[in-house]
Amino acid sequence: MPINVRFEDVKVGDDMPGWSRTTDFMNWNRYAAVNDEFVYIHMDDAAGRAALNERGAFGMGNLRYTYMLNALREWIGDEADIREVGLQFRAINQKDDTLTVTGKITDKRVEDGENRVFLEMNVVNQEGQPTCPGHAVVVLPNR
Amino acid sequence: MTSEVETLVTADMQEKRGVWENERVSPPVSESDIRKWGIASYWPEKPPRLFWDTDYANGTRWKGIIAPHDFNPFAWPIERPAGREASGPRTAAGSRGMNGGQVETFGVAMHPGDVITSRTRLKDWNERTTRLGLTLFTETEMEWRNQRGELVKTRISTGIRY
Repeated sequence: MPINVRFEDVKVGDDMPGWSRTTDFMNWNRYAAVNDEFVYIHMDDAAGRAALNERGAFGMGNLRYTYMLNALREWIGDEADIREVGLQFRAINQKDDTLTVTGKITDKRVEDGENRVFLEMNVVNQEGQPTCPGHAVVVLPNR
Repeated sequence: MTSEVETLVTADMQEKRGVWENERVSPPVSESDIRKWGIASYWPEKPPRLFWDTDYANGTRWKGIIAPHDFNPFAWPIERPAGREASGPRTAAGSRGMNGGQVETFGVAMHPGDVITSRTRLKDWNERTTRLGLTLFTETEMEWRNQRGELVKTRISTGIRY
């Protein structure tokens, strides 16, 4: 996917394609392994409940951040770049949640010599609940 | 009880506000670590070829494999940061924490062989009473540069303690 989308081809209000994963310990443990992120609340149901999550262990916020980056990369392709991503963690990623990254273009402009496209983003669970509102800035090639 | 604590701001925080510290130098970024990062973070789907296929990546603008933007070259240090794997439930005011979120601004990409230098500083904080009781929101700034001094990224992360 060298070039998926060009600056001239997007407009404010467009949605980027959704990107989804259903998460459980298979996803969390692999991510913990590469990121060296072994925290009991993400590994052990008793620790999760002690941290006031009745359903037990829950997913790490960093993995949802990763999913936002993955969704952006898949949309923009390999010749484009990601300049900024931010998010706030507002709800928990429970075991077996299906998370979908969403993004809507809020602005596009040439800035510092780059074709920058600004997006409002979120990661939404299978019940439609937004879990981490955020934003992104990507740099797209010209046509 | 949390109501007995007047502030979670410590003298150490006051002293360290705005002061760069914790400089660390990563081991060289390896292709194998990038490949494993890609597999884990895209699981159960196959990660993009840009993260593992040298022949393909050589033909892109990057002229080779790059690391995903969230790749952490500081994972698995020999010396473990104190308190990182603390066990058991925490109940004292200020001892419980959450990751509030972050904003990362990216510069140049990380390539295999890069050596990343990191430094951090406590940028600011805000304390108020929430449904969790007395709650402290801290902003920590982190900066990564490669071996040529080029900015790889900055991160402003929000920590929540209550």
